[in-house]
Amino acid sequence: MGAQSLSALHLLFTGDPALLAIVRLSIGVSLSATVLAALLGAPLGALVALTRFRGREVAIVALNAMMGLPPVMVGLACYLALSRSGPLGAWGLLFTPKAMVIAQTILVTPIIAAITRQTVEDLWAEYRDELTAMNVGPLQRVATLLWDGRFSLTTAFLAGYGRAAAEVGSIIIVGGNIEGFTRTITTAMALETSKGNLPLAIGLGVVLLLIVISVSALAWGVRRAGERFAA
Amino acid sequence: MTMRAPHSDLPILFAGVDIHRGTTVLLRNLSFTISAGPPTVLIGPNGSGKSTLLRAAMGLVAPTCGGITWGGRNVPSPTGRAIVFQRPVMLRRSCAGNLGYALAAAGVAGADRKSRLAELLRIVGLEALADRPARRLSGGEQQRLALARALARNPAVLFLDEPTASLDPAATKAIEDLVRAVSETGVKVVMATHDLGEARRLAGEILLLHRGELIERRPAQKFFADPCTDAAKRFIAGELLI
Amino acid sequence: MNCAVKARTYVVLWVVALVLFGAVAAARADDRSIVVASTTSTQDSGLFEYLLPLFEQKTGIAVKVVAQGTGQALDTGRRGDADVVFVHAKAAELQFLAQGESLRRYPVMYNDFVLIGPKSDPAGIHGVKDIGQALQAIRDKQAPFVSRGDRSGTHLAELALWKACGIDIEQSRGPWYKSIGQGMGAALNFAAASNAYVLSDRATWIHFSNKADLEIVVQGDRRLFNQYGVMLVNPAKHPNVRKALGQAFIDYLISPEGQRAIANYKIDGQQLFYPDANDPGA
Repeated sequence: MGAQSLSALHLLFTGDPALLAIVRLSIGVSLSATVLAALLGAPLGALVALTRFRGREVAIVALNAMMGLPPVMVGLACYLALSRSGPLGAWGLLFTPKAMVIAQTILVTPIIAAITRQTVEDLWAEYRDELTAMNVGPLQRVATLLWDGRFSLTTAFLAGYGRAAAEVGSIIIVGGNIEGFTRTITTAMALETSKGNLPLAIGLGVVLLLIVISVSALAWGVRRAGERFAA
Repeated sequence: MTMRAPHSDLPILFAGVDIHRGTTVLLRNLSFTISAGPPTVLIGPNGSGKSTLLRAAMGLVAPTCGGITWGGRNVPSPTGRAIVFQRPVMLRRSCAGNLGYALAAAGVAGADRKSRLAELLRIVGLEALADRPARRLSGGEQQRLALARALARNPAVLFLDEPTASLDPAATKAIEDLVRAVSETGVKVVMATHDLGEARRLAGEILLLHRGELIERRPAQKFFADPCTDAAKRFIAGELLI
Repeated sequence: MNCAVKARTYVVLWVVALVLFGAVAAARADDRSIVVASTTSTQDSGLFEYLLPLFEQKTGIAVKVVAQGTGQALDTGRRGDADVVFVHAKAAELQFLAQGESLRRYPVMYNDFVLIGPKSDPAGIHGVKDIGQALQAIRDKQAPFVSRGDRSGTHLAELALWKACGIDIEQSRGPWYKSIGQGMGAALNFAAASNAYVLSDRATWIHFSNKADLEIVVQGDRRLFNQYGVMLVNPAKHPNVRKALGQAFIDYLISPEGQRAIANYKIDGQQLFYPDANDPGA
């Protein structure tokens, strides 16, 4: 069993094209989704943090709850929406990497929004007097809070990426796990496991772990750099 | 120091101002005027409403009853005014970064900004620490930076809320010297303190507050030589006013 | 700019972005490819990895296989999300035809099922040639049995076999009958781990690398033959179906060249699929 697992790593380091394609797709899908989620979630979180509106408390609870959206549920919802028989069928996105990005964006946005909201809210409580006294306009205020909170927000981004990189439930449904087209590390692992190729599945898992550990190390590095200013 | 802003925010007129927060009355029936001239110093025990008064005069708190006008107009938005809070909050940037931010917020454009920044750092004596993260400065240094940020706005009126409360004597002297220098350039200084000595050193005019009410208001020398009210006498004598 | 304006601007920007994304996404991809909904057991057998490159080399058409259970594959065809369906459950395929979801069914090949069981043989059916007899013994002895339980061709075949030997499995099932709702590989894993009997297609069994203590117990009974059929999803119902490319794939499968290729697919020297596109009864 160990030999086959090692062979997966060997494939990686010798640049086996099939495996590299899978790794590229995995990173590409999860990274795109996280970037989109950040563009969508960060302003949303800041908005909820800074504006007073009816039902704000409910919105905050909902945002926090959605961090735990079951991936399979999101996958199913996207599948029904993107299917040719569904409302967005004309876009022809089902069983493509774009659909996978959409599903993962839905999963990651609440994470980034919720963490941004908390960060911005805490930071605003701290900066409020000074920024008001300096007569800083609303847009500039948001920009300042997002910038000064950049280290917490980076952590949010990396947490979001971790969630996307690790999940399989949504992308296997909307992507179809098509060989050479929508197969990622996690969906390949699911497939090899169901085929009984456990050693290969484990090998793939090790590759995924390497990616996740690198991301974690990056997060740690960012925090350390941030300590200079964040104290 | 360069040109001062036009004195459009003065006089600041409080007319029958009450400020409540929930059921607590922070200020009660305040009516007085802050005019141009030597520093106006607010004294009084903790909880007497000095901070609230400063914030109201700055335009950060709206009165519950009564009204405040600046130069005869109702402009709560603080363009010609600046405030140094008791515990100033440093932005997560360097000293120069904080100051640059304040200058940008005050509308000082690119080229001017650099020279103003250098000048302000020099005035408050922080040139050597320009690149240090502001949150790593000592209490006194942060207070000086906060003062520089306030001055960046080229204010006509400068409010200071107990700026030396947590500072050692050397730092206190540095701040007081700066405040005196600022006042001498024509900026109106309105300062709260609970250090009577500091009040004596800096004040042109004294306002004594107690439990949200204005007890006495007189030119400084007269106030200390011959206070009118009983509360003033006891306060100067060092008794606790409950 | 107050908060309401800010919020509205933000919403407008995102609506614009989504519309642009939609417009871009809707631009039809110009690639020569088709989506084929097929079954997990077919994919697990390795047939596609062997056959599709041959087809692509010949025609330049890329085949994207979405491997699901038979029920789900047909469903995918019904929704218009696939161009071609390629499954092995004749009754369900004929129903698909009758519903107008396709215009014609083409038989392609057959493989066979085998009954897999533990060497320890708790049901005592070693040497039995009749599948009905074997299943009855399993039921009588309440020997552990794993069912795919996922509406797949294999699952439907299993249910048909119970019925054919007069057993109402819904009534007769007990804790010995485990319905796991997963693919063939997963079912074999489960059987290997719990020393149970399981019905599998031969191809997946040969390909399966985790055999543990399992072996083939019953094979060769005619009732164990498993027929594959391929259908083009009805373009009248789903205009997006790539009719010409899909038909090219079907034509290849039933052509002498394609049928020869299917017959030549071997694992460990064993042929897995027997082409029968020309068999009128298939």
